Amino acid sequence: MTDRTIVIPGEVVFKGDNYLPGEGTEKRGDEVVAIRYGLVEESNKLVKVIPLSGVYQPRRGNVVIGKVENVTFNGWVIDLNTADGAFLSLMEVPRYVNKDDLKEVMDIGDTVVAKIYSINKRGIDLTLQSNGLGKLDKGIIIEINPNKVPRVIGKEGSMISLIKNETRCKITVGQNGFIWINGDKIEDELFAKKAILYIAENSMSSGLTDEMTGWFEKNRGIAQ
Amino acid sequence: MSEFKRPDGRKVNELRKITAKVGVVPNADGSAIFGFGDTIAIAAVYGPKKMHPQHSQNPEKGTLRCTYNMMSFSVTERIRPGPSRRSQEISKITEWALQPIVMIDEFAGQVVDVHINVLQANASTRCAGINAAAMALAHAGIPMKGLVSSVSIGKLDKQLVTDLIKAEEDWEEGEGPTDIPITMTEDGKITHIQLDGKITPAQLKEAVLLAKEAYPQIHEAQSKALKDVGEEK
Amino acid sequence: MITSDLTAQRIREYLSKGKRFDNRNSEELRELVIETGVSKNAEGSARVKLGKTEVLVGIKLDVSAPYADSRDKGNLMVTAEFLTMSSPRLDLGPQPFESLELARVIDRGIRESHFIELDKLCIKEGEKVWTVMIDIYTVNDDGNLLDAAGIGAVAALMNARVPKYNEETGKTLFGEWTDNKVPLTKDLPISLTIHKIGNSLIMDPTKEEEDISETRVTVCTSNGTICSMQKGNSKELTIEEFNKVLDLVEKTEKEIVKKIEGSLK
Repeated sequence: MTDRTIVIPGEVVFKGDNYLPGEGTEKRGDEVVAIRYGLVEESNKLVKVIPLSGVYQPRRGNVVIGKVENVTFNGWVIDLNTADGAFLSLMEVPRYVNKDDLKEVMDIGDTVVAKIYSINKRGIDLTLQSNGLGKLDKGIIIEINPNKVPRVIGKEGSMISLIKNETRCKITVGQNGFIWINGDKIEDELFAKKAILYIAENSMSSGLTDEMTGWFEKNRGIAQ
Repeated sequence: MSEFKRPDGRKVNELRKITAKVGVVPNADGSAIFGFGDTIAIAAVYGPKKMHPQHSQNPEKGTLRCTYNMMSFSVTERIRPGPSRRSQEISKITEWALQPIVMIDEFAGQVVDVHINVLQANASTRCAGINAAAMALAHAGIPMKGLVSSVSIGKLDKQLVTDLIKAEEDWEEGEGPTDIPITMTEDGKITHIQLDGKITPAQLKEAVLLAKEAYPQIHEAQSKALKDVGEEK
Repeated sequence: MITSDLTAQRIREYLSKGKRFDNRNSEELRELVIETGVSKNAEGSARVKLGKTEVLVGIKLDVSAPYADSRDKGNLMVTAEFLTMSSPRLDLGPQPFESLELARVIDRGIRESHFIELDKLCIKEGEKVWTVMIDIYTVNDDGNLLDAAGIGAVAALMNARVPKYNEETGKTLFGEWTDNKVPLTKDLPISLTIHKIGNSLIMDPTKEEEDISETRVTVCTSNGTICSMQKGNSKELTIEEFNKVLDLVEKTEKEIVKKIEGSLK
């Protein structure tokens, strides 16, 4: 089984006692079997299946983008499109917020970039105490399959940097699959959207970063 | 010894032509279409997601919920749109058929919804539905032990056959028809079996083995459809 | 999740310049794909894709008693089901209002245009007539289910044949068809919906656009004659805007007729 092969649940990925079952797999006897639909990755005998699909699984430290669903007496209920609810306490905003001013800071329908600092029985706790977080003002929000987010960001951010440079847009990628794009011109925003959707749809090809350099040259001239 | 004559000329253990494809409902988290000849079913999966109403939630593990529906025009005599007792029963059967292979214990309080709609019917609709559902669940990224495959075995008078069509469901000769839909996991465990008709225990055991023979071909089609999503552009 | 306020703002800004996110102009439809005969047990059927929106329509016929006020005419019945699988916003349970509205709007368009020659569907006056049942199912909702359903209903009707009927036993022989097609007039009833967003009027919105539509008017025309109309949602329309709606419909109707006829070859 080589890297980048698609496997389906129940498929034997590697056989041998020394292979270890990583994410998306389980060991049955001396066989490592896939339990997710995805791409095989093996290194140092650790076998993983990188999922091609599946809803977003929130993790501590993730930067996410969501919509204010409700304003309570001490914070904002945020919709992240996850099964668990998310809450941003007024204590987690990097400035003093008076209990009476919550709606002034953010109201229902506003879009916000936040970070997950805790996940517990009650749900997801968000914070804005970090650079680049806060209410979003202008631009567009697009949605992609959360499993494609790593591809859009690229190794050490190489892909997302390329997109930002080529489109002259500010871009924030939420791990939950929501992406904010803000440019001086709507055409630039739509160009970035086109690029991101292309990457998400062709996420399985190797050498995608190189391919994208060519893609930008080719598509730049085309009327937006 | 002459071959048993089936209405469509197939051999006794021959399946109809299988069609299988994934991604047919873009809005869904996972989806697939599966057909045995003229019998075509579409399955779409949403989840895991919060379950409503709240009182139906299982606080300890995830819930699998299936709904099976036949489109009004899928059969020759129109079915009134909306749930029927038959569709409710098949919905539950489908859920039981898929339950053993889905690994959703970690999604406490959440639900994985599987919607099956039959577009065109020529018998074996629940089997086509289960096959489509298994593909759609994998396509949706639900953790699973493996797929399941489902097929109907029939007994026409005394002859066992694989993959029944309507004309065979209505068999009039001799002992008449017996319809046995069976679903199994890849390692040969039965997750669903039903029976209507008249059969000896010995022949029923044979029927189960006949089903087992058919699964590799079905699984192959399901697997190929899932893997056939390479670069399209 | 419904369209974010940010994106909504951008959609409006762009529309005020006459542009849309997918490069269409305000009167343009997305790629329209029509396939007929997609369900063999139906008397007639069609699958319509408008961009990513997909609907399936099937026609079934059966013999029944006529209505008292139309003793020598066949009957028409239109149902619609928004399948739960077609959108993450749908839950198991009763149908949303839009589904009921869609069925009734499509019904009126077909009925008022007299597209189906119901008087040719009489078997025995006062006793037996054919009832034509049009059943619409949504498969994927990416906006504008109404127009897709309307096109599907017409295409399905155009490839529908009348089942065999045994006059002596009074039984319909389901699954066996005569060579007679369901009698239709030659003018196809076309339903088109125009949406108002800000000061712009657009056709065939994606879901993103439909979420911020302030009001909409569905007009059904048959060879240029308007046979039914429905305004939905609550924002007001100026008379000027209303006239523009009618102009847009007139312009696009012929194009759709061609597309439907093309798909039946």
